[in-house]
Amino acid sequence: MNEKRIYMDHAATTPAHPEVIGAMAPYFSDIFGNPSSIHSFGQEARSAVEEAREKVASLINAKKEEIVFTSGGTESDNFAIKGVAFANSKKGNHIITTPIEHHAITEPCEFMKTLGFDITYLPVDGYGMVDPEDVKRALTDKTILVSVMHANNEIGTIQPIDEIGRITREAGVYFHTDAVQTAGAIPVDVNKMNVDLLSISAHKLYGPKGIGCLYIKKGTKMVPFMHGGGQEKNRRGSTENVPGIVGFGKAAEIAVKELDARQAHLLPLRDKLIKGLSEKIDHSLLNGHPTKRLPNNISMCFEFVEGESMLLNLDMEGIASSTGSACSSATLEPSHVLLSIGRPHAIAHGSIRFSLGRMTTEKDVDTVLDVFPKIVDKLRKMSPLYKR
Amino acid sequence: MPAYSEKVMDHFKNPRNVGEIPDADGIGHIGNPVCGDIMELYIKVKDNVLTDVKFKTFGCGAAIATSSMITELVKGKTLDEALKISNRAVVEALDGLPPAKLHCSVLAEDALKGAIDDYLKKSTGKGLPGFKPHEEHPPK
Repeated sequence: MNEKRIYMDHAATTPAHPEVIGAMAPYFSDIFGNPSSIHSFGQEARSAVEEAREKVASLINAKKEEIVFTSGGTESDNFAIKGVAFANSKKGNHIITTPIEHHAITEPCEFMKTLGFDITYLPVDGYGMVDPEDVKRALTDKTILVSVMHANNEIGTIQPIDEIGRITREAGVYFHTDAVQTAGAIPVDVNKMNVDLLSISAHKLYGPKGIGCLYIKKGTKMVPFMHGGGQEKNRRGSTENVPGIVGFGKAAEIAVKELDARQAHLLPLRDKLIKGLSEKIDHSLLNGHPTKRLPNNISMCFEFVEGESMLLNLDMEGIASSTGSACSSATLEPSHVLLSIGRPHAIAHGSIRFSLGRMTTEKDVDTVLDVFPKIVDKLRKMSPLYKR
Repeated sequence: MPAYSEKVMDHFKNPRNVGEIPDADGIGHIGNPVCGDIMELYIKVKDNVLTDVKFKTFGCGAAIATSSMITELVKGKTLDEALKISNRAVVEALDGLPPAKLHCSVLAEDALKGAIDDYLKKSTGKGLPGFKPHEEHPPK
């Protein structure tokens, strides 16, 4: 094992930035008030929440009033789907989405199906890309919502959200995007993107876990996600997670400052790793778009070997990664994303994702380039499918 | 990540009896790349005793560990003794498997039976009575 462990699973979660932790600390004890309380204890917590809301709004070029804090990406996605569906069911019962969304979108959609909603899954090409023309074709007078993720968490492909947004806006249909992988990683601008709803999770951008937000464009007809004490302008009852919100605000503030530097740091590392692995390992395939791609995502399939055994071998070397293999899923089915882009089951079985972050160094990339081909070689020697 | 026992990790890190036997007396080939893992088990038989056993596996940590363990358990045993070793015995010898990985042990048992079936067909013209490989995946 290497002396230093190498974390290449930033798409799963990121460590909180030290400044984030510092910003949160006072809000557990010294400034502990309930933001709904009128006394000074409450009011100092209230102002911290509103300051954080401003910072999160700046990250995506939104207005402060359009940010609703949630418990994270899954809640934001559920809120977007169910909130729009329940509030607009008189207008229609049709929702359009893609087959490569996160389960936090597909599962609520499948649930809405049981309540009488129709769900259309748009086709995607071999890179996982949606054709905006397909969105146009799928719209009916019953369509109330389109949800297409900004960038895919497994294969990194970035969707043409602006163009899709132009189409939905012209048609007067609400448009949601899951920006969990993109906020803090690439520019996210709700106005340029023409979206009405957008999900973010703080722990993917060096903030704390258990906090996120849903951007809701002013005037969007929604039912509340939780009925309760009227918090978040009646959109979501529940006493605010003040330390989490403050940490999210700090993480957003840092992301705004560091955005260009983050991309400039990660792009060459990503491309070096993709190129190196493709050259060093035969029968390897890149998943997702080669250039319209998250700056930190390396997703590849290596034929004749299985993902979990690659992941375990990497872990033994102190390198953290992820896989879409059937063996690592509870259903024993390979990743729905890899199947949707046309990877046969046997090839999807051999998938590995490395996702880089702000602490990743070129030395880390070189270590993976040194270690990983040996792992694939060792496993292929064991594989009945690999005949040299 | 599944919680594997130390024994499983030991057999995964240092699998025993990996490879092919070029002049094998029997070969068991179980599984299908369309649904997942594939196991190939090679046996050498002399005077009704398994004198050599080797395997090749395309699969996860549990698939590799169960392949390795079954070769250890049956090597040097008579055919009758080897056939009494069930998938459960393989799991026990590995100090257990996560529930979602139990199907891997069934694959190992089937690969062994498949190899013995192949050997019997070649040597006696009749296969292993009642041998029918399980479905690779448990019914959902």
